[in-house]
Formats: sequence, structure tokens, C-alpha cells
Amino acid sequence: MNPDLLFGKLTLDALPFYSPIAAGGAATIVLGGVAVVGLITWLKAWTYLWTEWFTSTDHKKLGIMYVILALVMLLRGFVDALMMRAQQAIAMGNEGYLTPDHFQQVFSSHGTIMIFFMGMPFLFGIMNYVVPLQLGARDVAFPLLNAIGLWLTAAGAALVMASLVIGVFSTGGWTGYPPYTELSYSPTVGVDYWIMALLIAGTGTTLSAINFIVTIYKMRAPGMGLMQMPLFCWTALCASLLAVFALPGLTVAGGLLALDRYLGMHFFTNDGGGNVMNYANLFWIFGHPEVYILILPAFGVFSTVIPTFSQKRLFGYNVLVYATMCIAVLSFTVWLHHFFTMGADANVNAFFGIMTAVIAVPTGVKVYDWILTMYRGRLRFDTPMLWSIAFILTFVIGGMTGVILSIPPLDYVFHNTLFLIAHFHNMLIPGMLFGLFAGYAYWFPKAFGFPLDETWGRRAFWFWVVGFYLAFMPLYVLGFMGAVRRMTYYDQPEWQVYFIIAAIGALSVLLGIVSQIIQLVVSIRNRAQTANLAGDHWGGQTLEWSTSSPPPEYNFAVLPTVCTLDAFQVAKDMGTPHLWPERYEPLEVPRNTMVGLVFGALAFLLGFATVWHIWWLAGLAIIGIVGITIARSFATETTRIIPASEIALTELRWKQAILAQQGDAQ
Amino acid sequence: MSERQHPGINLTHARPQDARHAEVTVFGFWTFLMSDAILFALLFATYASMVSRTAGGPSGAELFDIGNAFLETIVLLLSSFTFGMAAVALKEGRQRAASLWLVVTLLLGLGFLGLELREFSSLITQGATPQTSGFLSSFFVLLSLHGLHALVGCIWIGVMLAQIAIFGLSRPVRSRLLRLGLFWHFLDLVWIVIFTLVYLPVVSA
Repeated sequence: MNPDLLFGKLTLDALPFYSPIAAGGAATIVLGGVAVVGLITWLKAWTYLWTEWFTSTDHKKLGIMYVILALVMLLRGFVDALMMRAQQAIAMGNEGYLTPDHFQQVFSSHGTIMIFFMGMPFLFGIMNYVVPLQLGARDVAFPLLNAIGLWLTAAGAALVMASLVIGVFSTGGWTGYPPYTELSYSPTVGVDYWIMALLIAGTGTTLSAINFIVTIYKMRAPGMGLMQMPLFCWTALCASLLAVFALPGLTVAGGLLALDRYLGMHFFTNDGGGNVMNYANLFWIFGHPEVYILILPAFGVFSTVIPTFSQKRLFGYNVLVYATMCIAVLSFTVWLHHFFTMGADANVNAFFGIMTAVIAVPTGVKVYDWILTMYRGRLRFDTPMLWSIAFILTFVIGGMTGVILSIPPLDYVFHNTLFLIAHFHNMLIPGMLFGLFAGYAYWFPKAFGFPLDETWGRRAFWFWVVGFYLAFMPLYVLGFMGAVRRMTYYDQPEWQVYFIIAAIGALSVLLGIVSQIIQLVVSIRNRAQTANLAGDHWGGQTLEWSTSSPPPEYNFAVLPTVCTLDAFQVAKDMGTPHLWPERYEPLEVPRNTMVGLVFGALAFLLGFATVWHIWWLAGLAIIGIVGITIARSFATETTRIIPASEIALTELRWKQAILAQQGDAQ
Repeated sequence: MSERQHPGINLTHARPQDARHAEVTVFGFWTFLMSDAILFALLFATYASMVSRTAGGPSGAELFDIGNAFLETIVLLLSSFTFGMAAVALKEGRQRAASLWLVVTLLLGLGFLGLELREFSSLITQGATPQTSGFLSSFFVLLSLHGLHALVGCIWIGVMLAQIAIFGLSRPVRSRLLRLGLFWHFLDLVWIVIFTLVYLPVVSA
């Protein structure tokens, strides 16, 4: 039998023996995977993981799994960053330790992972955990769809990881511009891995976004109008709307590129009537709103953290809502600024340049609102607040460099230099990542019933902030000096010192990440002393703090009735934070199901088989996906009832925890 | 809240939470269709920008058979009408009639797919393949994506016929038929744009 029929393009040559560094990376992934599987087996935790986590459709557990996925991918993406900084620190007048091809793979996977498999899952994880609780809802609108979204994202991430072990990754950067990524210039499977990972994860994100839109519009607690929603929910809504409208751009750009590569079509080829500008437009019609998908929910986190730790209500709630909506709409009018230099008419460039400057206005409004929230507040500097303050200071610098880049004549000078790299890291690290870290520290005690260790949290914070400035401020300077992005090596001796400072910054960030890992270990070890099951760990203002920590599966035994903003704060001010009904009603919750996990597994197989042209396997995976969808639609027993007695017992235990805490306080 | 009814199919809610459930699922499906509409919109834009990029190959005026496209249009529009008849039967609780109209819709849907495949094969035998030019790549992909949607719609109708037979006109079955209806009419809408953007300019030229 012809082995091509069985294995497609897959041969033993796909193993990464082309470089010892790649082989080492692959070995780390494989050994890490084996170690995790071994540890779970040794702990006999498979049944627990399967019944409590993998088959769960509870938005809280899905949220936690999203965040775990994001943290794992953060490590991978950060190792890529370290490798790049090390390469450029030493590659002055020599070739460094990475081949150009390998270096290109590293920056491509760094960008792809940090945006799609670190940022997006982290955000969707926090949104998943927090939004239903803040809305006073028992779950999202479609719990199973939520699980499918998670497992599709995980399947995409798994494909990126698989590319490290079997085959290679794309060398086309995170944007994958053709014609370079066409088959004639990139004949390896790298681009195919990139396309399949993004298409699968993008589908998952679209489904999750639809879910959040419906949840926010239709599942709010009785009485909660849109303008009584916590601001984080508004930002989650805007990010989800952006995702639903923008992700088709990525699907079309990636899908058409795949058709060029697999079926020899001519969408973006140099010959045959292809048009590469279509790709740039399609990709950035998605790509620019994507920036706001990433950053708006982080703005929501800051808008939650800053009032809580200023012990004031949020300043200018209405204005913040309008500003968020403005940004969401305007984000569709600026995409061309990503390619001013690619030949558009001067008037077109002028329009997009002006729109780009305009979009900075609502963002500036937000910054003033946060500052005025802090003004005359009683500030507490716990780690979530530290991240928020560092964000404001750092983000403003990034915003101003963005306004510089929005001017087309200046962009002609700066584009493709390290100035641009410094700019967008200066937006996304404080704007997105610091927000995610603030949210992680802020809601951790809600999710687990004990807080993260403050001492290690502070160490992590300082290492990160110092590391950020050291790593990226030199890149602005290098940009002015004319250093272009994506250089494997260079021969300008005066550049090297800046690259070395940047590498030291990356090492400081490494210490920050190590501190975060230690923080997690220390916090888990000390959890008996720090446990706070009563629920309101920080003195929060929104409804998620009105439940126990962690909240029960059903979130609220009795749905809260809301008639104002910051409902929990108002209830506390009135002296009635908790209502204890005489009797409880039984509640209907979704049963566990393996459908989500199986969907993800089949999507991974489909992606892997397509990458390697193993058509029988791809066909089976498609049949499986269609089959399981149809089979599921015939299932009738999809929910179960939690009896009232069980709810009464859970609520009683929580009430005792609150009374015990009040007793301790007196 | 429980008084709210949806156009097309009366869901006759026995319990108030059913009305709520229907409202949530239908709204979710509308949101999905919005996303899908943007997918098509981007492909329309791609097609419009590629229509003159024939790379020395045949153009639409030389290839397209407006008669066949008109026939496809009639078949698809007729299928929307028969789906509407099924919806009327559902509203009145006439299960047999509803199933029969759905079978007619399914046959028309399959007929449409048959006509489309005939057109594709005739183009390919003339040497106008998706690989010929950017114009033909975008033509085939735009129509195939619509065709793929029609295929999914046909499979969905088949599944719903089975579910009507097994569960009768239960609440979940009605709710799914309501969404299937939205999907089927959405296909029509997309086709009308295809007919206008792809085929009609050929006649006027």
C-alpha cells in the first residue's frame, strides 16, 4: 500500500533534528507532557479531572481552564521572546545561535501564541468566570457551546505546540502575509499549521462571543438595565460584538490562503490574477478590531479594580460606557493604518490617519475617568491596584507613540522598525497583560476561596514593570536609529548595547514570571491560614462578591433583584448584603457532557490531518464532527435537578462562614 | 414576557421558562447569522475586486449561462415558499403536512445543489477551473460556500424530519425548526445577492 495514502506528507523527517535547539524544545514539550500525565496518574486524578473539569459545562470551571491554558501558553510564548532577545543581544557582526529560518519561526510563534493562545484565552477565561456572576445569572446562555469554545481554542493551541515536535511552524510572522506564505515561497507545513490553528481557535472564539452577547442581553438579573451593568460586562459585550463582526475577516483571509496553498487557486498569488492587497485588507479588517477585543476587557478590569481599591464609586460611568462603545465602532474605521506604505492613495491614508488619531480620544477620556476615580479616594495598594496604576502610567506613553504612528508621513519613516514593535508592546503589555494580571489577582480569591500571596505578587509586579521598561524603551531608540524589525543579525556596533539592555529587561520579566509561579505555590500551601470563604475578599461593589468563595455551581440560590449600579455596594450600605430566604427552590443545571472535549479532539485531528494531507483522517474527523452534532440534537436528558435540601445545606454552611468572619472581626 | 410570540411558528409555551428559552436561542441564532452574513459580505467584496482579474482566461460574460442561474434562483425561492408552508402547518399543529412540506423543501434544496453541480462541471469541462484565474477562484469559492450552506441546510432538514417522526412537534423540535427557517431564508437572501452581483452584470454587459 502506498504510504502516502496512509500518512500523507508525514515522514520521520518531520521530527525536529534539523537543529539541536529545536530538538531541545520538542524534548521539553514531550517530557513536560509525559510528566503531567505521569503526575495525574500517580495522584490517581484522572476520574476527578474527567468528571469535575473536562466534561463540565459550568462557566466558572471553563473560565479557570481557559486561564490555565493561557498561562501555559504564556510560558511558551515567553520562551520565544527570551530566545529572540538573546539572539539579537549577541548577533552583532556574527550569525548568533539561531539560523534565520529558526529565528523566523520563533517570532512567528511568539506573536501567534501571545495574541491568539495567551491573550484571547486569558480574556475569555476571566470573562467566563466573572460576567455571569456580575450579571446575577446562573450560567451563560449556552453552557455546552461555551465548553465547545474552550476545547476548540485548546485544539488550536495544541496544533501550535504540535508544530514544535512534528514538522515546523510558519516563518511568515503572526500576520502571515502572502505572497511569501504562498506555497511557492513557503513550501513547508509551517504556514498550514498556522492557518489551521487560527481557523479552529477563531471558530471557538466566535462561538464564545455569540454566547456572551446573548448572555449579556438576555440573562441579566431581574431589574438590571443595561446602564446598571458593571462596566466589565459592558467591555465584555463590546469585545464580543467586535469578535462576532471581525473574526470572519480572519476566517476568510486564512481560508482563502489555504485554498491557494491546497488547491492552487489564485487569491493572493503573484500570478494568475491574484491580489495580495486583498489579504492585507481582509486580515486587518479583522486585525485592528482584534486589538480592541484584547484591550477593552482589560479596561473593564481596571474599571472594576480602581474603584474597589480607591474605596469610591467609579467616576463617570456613563462616559466610560459611551467611550467603550465609541472605541468599538471606531475600531472598524482604522484598519488601513497597518499598511500606509503599501500604496494606498494619499487621501485614503489621510482619512485613516485622522480616524486613528480620533480613536485615541475616547481612550484618553477613560484615562481621565480612572484618575478622577482615584482622586480623593482612600487608596489601598494591593497587587491588583499596583498593576492598574502601572498600566495608566505606561499605557499613556504607548498611546502617544501610537498617535505619532497615526500620521502617515511619519509612518513612512517608522514603519517596519523596532519603533513599531516598541509601540505595540507598549500598548498590549500594560493595556492587556497588566489588566489580565490585575484581574487574575483580583478574582483569584473569588474562584478559590483564598487569596494570592501579596509579597510574591509585589515582587512579580516590580520585576515585570522594570523588565518591561528595560526591554522596550531601548527598542524605541533603536527604531529611531533605523533598526528594522525581524532582524536575525546586524553589523551596527552602536546598536548592540541597546539590544543587551533589552535582553536584561527580558531576564527581569523572567524573574517576574518565576515570582508568579512561586506566588501560586506559596498561596496554595498557605491556603488553610488565608482562606476566606465568606466571599467579599476586597470589599467589592458588584454582585460576584455577594456569593460565597468559590460560588456554588448554581451561583445564586435566589436570583438577586437589582435596581441600581454597583448593586452589592448599595446593598452593603443599606445593611442588607445577603438575603436569606425561608425556603429554597430546586434548581435545574446542565449535566456534564463529553461533547465539548470530543469536539476539540476531533478539531485537532482535522487540523493535524489537513496540515499533513492525511485525507482519510480529515474525512473521518469531519464525519465525527457532523455525527456528534446530530447525535447530540437527539439527546433529551441534558439537565439535572439540584434538590432544595442540598441548596439549603450549602447556603447554611456559607452563612456560618460569614457569621464566623464577623465574629473574628469583633 | 410569556405573551411574546415569534413570527412564523407559534411555540405554544406551556411553561414561562420555555418562552424565555426560545427567546434566548433565537436571539443567539440571529447573532450567528450576523457573523455568517459578514463572512459572505467579505467574499462578495473579494469577488467584486477580482472580477476583472481573468489572467487571460475566460470572463464571466463568456462563461455564465443566465438561464441556468435563473432556474437555480426559481428553485431556491420556491423552496423558501415551501418552507413557509411548512411553518404555517407547524403553527396549526398539522404534523403530517409540515413533514410533507419539509420533504418538498428538501427535494428543492437538493435540486438546487444538483443544478449548481451541473453548472460547475460544465464550467470545468470548458477549462474554466478554480485554478484558471483569480476571478474564477473567487467565483467558485463564493458559490461553493453558499452551496455548502445549502448542503448543511438539507442535512438539517433531514435531521428535523427524523426528529418530528420521533418526538412529534415538541417544544425543542419547534424551536429548532424556527431557527432552521431563519437559516433557510438567509440562504435565499445570500443567493439573491449572488444573482445580482455575479450573474446579472453579465446580461447587462
